[in-house]
Amino acid sequence: MLSQERLTHLKQLEAESIHILREVVAEFSNPVMMYSVGKDSSVMLHLAMKAFAPAKLPFPMLHVDTLWKFKEMIAFRDQRAKDLDFELIVHSNPEGIEMNISPFEHGSKTHTDIMKTQALKQALNAGGYDAIIGGARRDEEKSRAKERIFSFRDKHHRWDPKNQRPELWNIYNTATDKGESVRVFPISNWTELDIWQYIYLEDIKIPSLYFAKEQEVVEYEGTKIRVDDERMPKALRDTAKKETVRFRTLGCYPLTGAIASSATTLPEIIQEMLLSTSSEREGRVIDKDQEGAMELKKIEGYF
Amino acid sequence: MDIMDYLKEHENKDMLRFLTCGSVDDGKSTLIGRMLYDAKMIFDDQLAAAKSESKKYGTTGESIDMALLVDGLQSEREQGITIDVAYRFFATDNRKFIIADTPGHEQYTRNMVTGASTADVAIILIDARKGILTQTRRHSFIVNLLGIEHIIIAINKMDLVNFSEETFNTIKASYADLAKELGIPHTYYIPVSALNGDNVVESSTSTPWYQGKPLLGLLDSMDIAKVAKEEDFRFPVQYVNRPNLDFRGFCGTIASGSVKVGDSITVLPSGKSSKVKSIINAGDTSEAYMDITTKEAYAPMAITLTTEDEIDISRGDMIVHSNNLPRVSNSLKVMLVWMDDKVMEVGRNYDIKRATSVISGSFTHINYKIDVNTYKRTEVDSLALNDIASCKMILTQPIASDAYSDNRLTGAFIVVDRISNNTVGAGMIIGVSRRDEDVNKLATKVYNDAEKGLNSYIRTHFPEWNCKKI
Repeated sequence: MLSQERLTHLKQLEAESIHILREVVAEFSNPVMMYSVGKDSSVMLHLAMKAFAPAKLPFPMLHVDTLWKFKEMIAFRDQRAKDLDFELIVHSNPEGIEMNISPFEHGSKTHTDIMKTQALKQALNAGGYDAIIGGARRDEEKSRAKERIFSFRDKHHRWDPKNQRPELWNIYNTATDKGESVRVFPISNWTELDIWQYIYLEDIKIPSLYFAKEQEVVEYEGTKIRVDDERMPKALRDTAKKETVRFRTLGCYPLTGAIASSATTLPEIIQEMLLSTSSEREGRVIDKDQEGAMELKKIEGYF
Repeated sequence: MDIMDYLKEHENKDMLRFLTCGSVDDGKSTLIGRMLYDAKMIFDDQLAAAKSESKKYGTTGESIDMALLVDGLQSEREQGITIDVAYRFFATDNRKFIIADTPGHEQYTRNMVTGASTADVAIILIDARKGILTQTRRHSFIVNLLGIEHIIIAINKMDLVNFSEETFNTIKASYADLAKELGIPHTYYIPVSALNGDNVVESSTSTPWYQGKPLLGLLDSMDIAKVAKEEDFRFPVQYVNRPNLDFRGFCGTIASGSVKVGDSITVLPSGKSSKVKSIINAGDTSEAYMDITTKEAYAPMAITLTTEDEIDISRGDMIVHSNNLPRVSNSLKVMLVWMDDKVMEVGRNYDIKRATSVISGSFTHINYKIDVNTYKRTEVDSLALNDIASCKMILTQPIASDAYSDNRLTGAFIVVDRISNNTVGAGMIIGVSRRDEDVNKLATKVYNDAEKGLNSYIRTHFPEWNCKKI
């Protein structure tokens, strides 16, 4: 007998995500997918390719470049765009460039606000997108557990956590007025473990930063960060030591903590993850600013 | 276990979605927190955060307040209640679980309805000291209304009644009456103490008289396979994929049943027929092979179909087997849950989204409103927030549909307010009329090209008119 029981949990999650992506393209006139180059983005890109095969991606990929990303991420991004032949839009906040914003000098809060949150708003306003597909997962952080899959935003990209549309079955309300938009999270129901298992099973390409290797790191604000370029203050750079580390998440290199690890393959990464006693977000400096930090950032329009 | 063996085993896991019903006092968040904690799904840093928050908002004194591991929004933490649906995840070696954690108070009925809509199993918490309360009746009614067939009755706070078997049995007997009254097919009873973890993950030594599995063991092993109508192939067309002139594929998620290449299919509501030419299962495609095809596909796969003949098929249509047709009508009997502060007015036009179709329609008559606590029926003229009522719904175009009890995906719809764009209601189809009603009065006009051009002109140049696409 054919039944749902024959689809594994990953195949069910995959089908659900593809359904969501197709719903976006069918219902919105100007969608865009956020591309952060990390593992979740890589899975999203893979799902989107599957959803519309044999056609090409029917929407552009948008990367908000804070100009402090790991160098390898940028090279990886450009190679993917070339190989898969998708439209890539890259935006950096010109005001931030002018002010020469640096996480080392201006702090993570200011840097994130100007180069990420403001830059994102600029890019979204410029593109006039009515649906913005993001890679957030509900298991990442407590305030995300209540986010809808289709999350409504007003004209100012603001999220009202207490006034969300009910979301039932697999029926998504896509109605918006001009100027309003919807943030769509196709991998809401995936966990970090699901993501890694799927990458492993589907052989999805990801940046090598996820794998352990010997590299130069320094101690900075309680985490280990990689010496990725010359912009790191010299005094800090002088404290660099070679260590075998890898990254659980990818972002701006001064804000992304490395973990000591010897995992050089996907099974080893998964094994390490299963034994881990700290959550994925611990490596992200921004969450520690204050309690409920992510909730406040999201209300302001952060992804 | 070796990591490669582990990965192999976990490739074949299945998935179970469940809902937890109970009020803050029943220890619902505590139960979930306990399950995640004992199943080792809580990381050290999350535990540290909960510890520091416990001092600030906690209700358990010096020990960690398990509820703070799961209560998400800052405003909720301050009030100590869960006001929205939160989704949580954990996995065992057999299954991945998705928990819909919803509030239990009457004013949040809509949130519970939302959480129940995707769940296979519901856990209803009962305080052992209090037994069956009004809210128990309400929660049971809602989960049954939303078609959940498996209900676990977790009789909590057993530690406060000295793990009394007699208390457990008394509550079990009275719930069995309730289950019978509602027609709930499968019930399971477990004595627990969420606070201390008795019968949550590990079997408790305090309840030697209880022979059943602890809660997690039950969730992990229960058979939720549906015997319902597997033979009905239902494929709501979601998107027409036309990358070039040679390829025209109909994308969608199979709602039920299965389909093979060569099957005779009918498109509803038009009634045109053809045969399946090819099937692409999106799950099979890879970066290197984007055009891989399959011979057979089944629910809930996301697929793309092509047909032998060039027939007109668009988003919102339903493809079914020609020898197994659902009823097509614009007149439906439905159960409606109202979810908006603004009342539902009889005769007012709303957008009805069912599967992938959006059609305007109205509720022309309220047969009765049902009280979620007493199940008493009353006659009313309009519906307020959280009201549940049997209504007659007339759409401006006919749709192919099944009763919700036969098919959860083709028998369900949401109601969207055409001005505020909010989701204002959710409904379940109870029955489909044999004949179309008022079809002449309500049927959508067929527009000519000049009219379509004018509509498009207005939408392009006067967006502020909010003119609807025809």
